[in-house]
Amino acid sequence: MISIDIEKKLKTYQGEQRLKIALQLPEGSITKIYGPSGAGKTTFLKIIAGFVKPEKGIIKTADETWLNTDSKIFLPPQKRKAGFVFQDYALFPNMTLQEHLEYATTDKAWIKRLLDIGRLENLVIHKPEYLSGGQQQRLAILRALAIKPKLLLMDEPFSAIDAKMKMTLITKLKTLFDELATTVLIVSHNQQELEMIPGEELNIP
Amino acid sequence: MDLTPIWLTLKLAGITTVLLLAIGLPVAWWLSRGRSLFKIIIEAIITMPLVLPPSVLGFYLLLAFSPQHGPGKWLLRTFDIQFVFSFPGLVLASVIYSMPFMMGPIKSALQQLPPSLSQASHSLGKSRWQTFIHVLVPNIKPSLLTAIVLTFAHTLGEFGVVLMIGGNIPNVTRVASIAVYDAVEQMDYGTANTYSMILFAITFILVISVFIFNRYQLKSPLE
Repeated sequence: MISIDIEKKLKTYQGEQRLKIALQLPEGSITKIYGPSGAGKTTFLKIIAGFVKPEKGIIKTADETWLNTDSKIFLPPQKRKAGFVFQDYALFPNMTLQEHLEYATTDKAWIKRLLDIGRLENLVIHKPEYLSGGQQQRLAILRALAIKPKLLLMDEPFSAIDAKMKMTLITKLKTLFDELATTVLIVSHNQQELEMIPGEELNIP
Repeated sequence: MDLTPIWLTLKLAGITTVLLLAIGLPVAWWLSRGRSLFKIIIEAIITMPLVLPPSVLGFYLLLAFSPQHGPGKWLLRTFDIQFVFSFPGLVLASVIYSMPFMMGPIKSALQQLPPSLSQASHSLGKSRWQTFIHVLVPNIKPSLLTAIVLTFAHTLGEFGVVLMIGGNIPNVTRVASIAVYDAVEQMDYGTANTYSMILFAITFILVISVFIFNRYQLKSPLE
C-alpha cells in the first residue's frame, strides 16, 4: 500500500491554484487520473517521483517514508526508483534504443523480453531521432519498466501510439504489471483513451 | 626565424584549455542549476574579464602575486612558486582571463537541455554524477567543442594581461602576440608579419573548423 497526501500551490495562467490530493494505492493496483490541462496531473506525478517538492505532504510506501514535510524527510528520486514515463518521452538523444535499456538494467534476458513487448527488436541500433513518435513513446515505457519498478508513473503514455498497437501493448503490459506486482498510476486528459484499462479512477478538477 | 614564441603560445593555450575544461565543466554545471544570489555573484566574477581591460586584471594579478608581499610572498616561501614573470603566472592569468569563454557556452547548453532528461536518469536510480557523465555531457557536444576552441583561440590572442604579469622574457613569457609587438617596436616588420600570419592562420583554421563541424556533424538533436 502506498499512501499519498499532498498539497502544492500551482502557478497557472489563471492565477494561483491549490493542488490537494489524498490517495491510497493498494499494491498491484492500477489508478487512472483524469483532469483538464493545467490541473496539476503532471506535477502530481513529479511530486510522487521526487522531482518536485510540495509545500506540505506525506508519501509512504509499505516499508519506507518517501516524504514527510513535517519531519523534513525527503527521499531523492534515485532512492524512490519509481518508473516514470514522461509526456515528452525524455529519451536520451545520445543513446541508441538498446543503450537506453542497458543504461537502466544489466539484465539481458529482461531487455529481450521488454523489446518483445514493445515490438522494437528490429530498431535496437537506432537513436531516438530516427524513431517515429509511437516508437519513441514505446521506448519510454520500456525504459521505465527496465528497472522493474514497484511503482510506475505514466504521464499520457499512449498519446502517440495507434489504436491497434495500443490494444496489444496494453494487454502485454497488464500481464507484466501482475507479474511484478507493480502499482500503476496513469494520467490522461482523455478519459476514452484509458477505457480498456481496468482500475480505479480519480478526477482532478 | 625564432619560432619559440609560437610554441610558447600553443603550449600556453593548450594547458589553459585543459585546465579550464576540468574546472569549467563542473562549475558550469553547478551554475546551470538554480539561480541563487550567490551563484549570480560568482557568475558575474567569472564574466568580468570579458568586459574589464586586460591591463586592469594584469595589474591586480601583478600586485597580488608580487613576491614582495601578500599571497605572492606566501607562495614563494611555502611552495617556492613565483607567478610573476614566469610561465605558471601566464597560465594562471590565462585561466582567469579565458574562463568566460569556456563557461558561457557550456552553461547555456546545459540550461537548454530539458529537465526531464536528468529526471529520467535519476528515476532509473542513477546518481547526479552518472547522469552528468552519461546523459548531460554527451548531449552538449557541439557547445563543448565551441567552448574548447573559443578558449584555445582566445588564449592565443591574449596580450595585455600576459604582458602585465609575464613581461617579455624570451623563451619564458614572450608569447607570439608580445613578439609581434616587440618586433614592431624594433621596426622589424618582417618578423612581425611572420608571427602575425601564423597566428592569423591558426585562429582562422580553428574557428572555421568549429563552424563546419557543428554544421555537419554535431548539430544537437535538441536544438
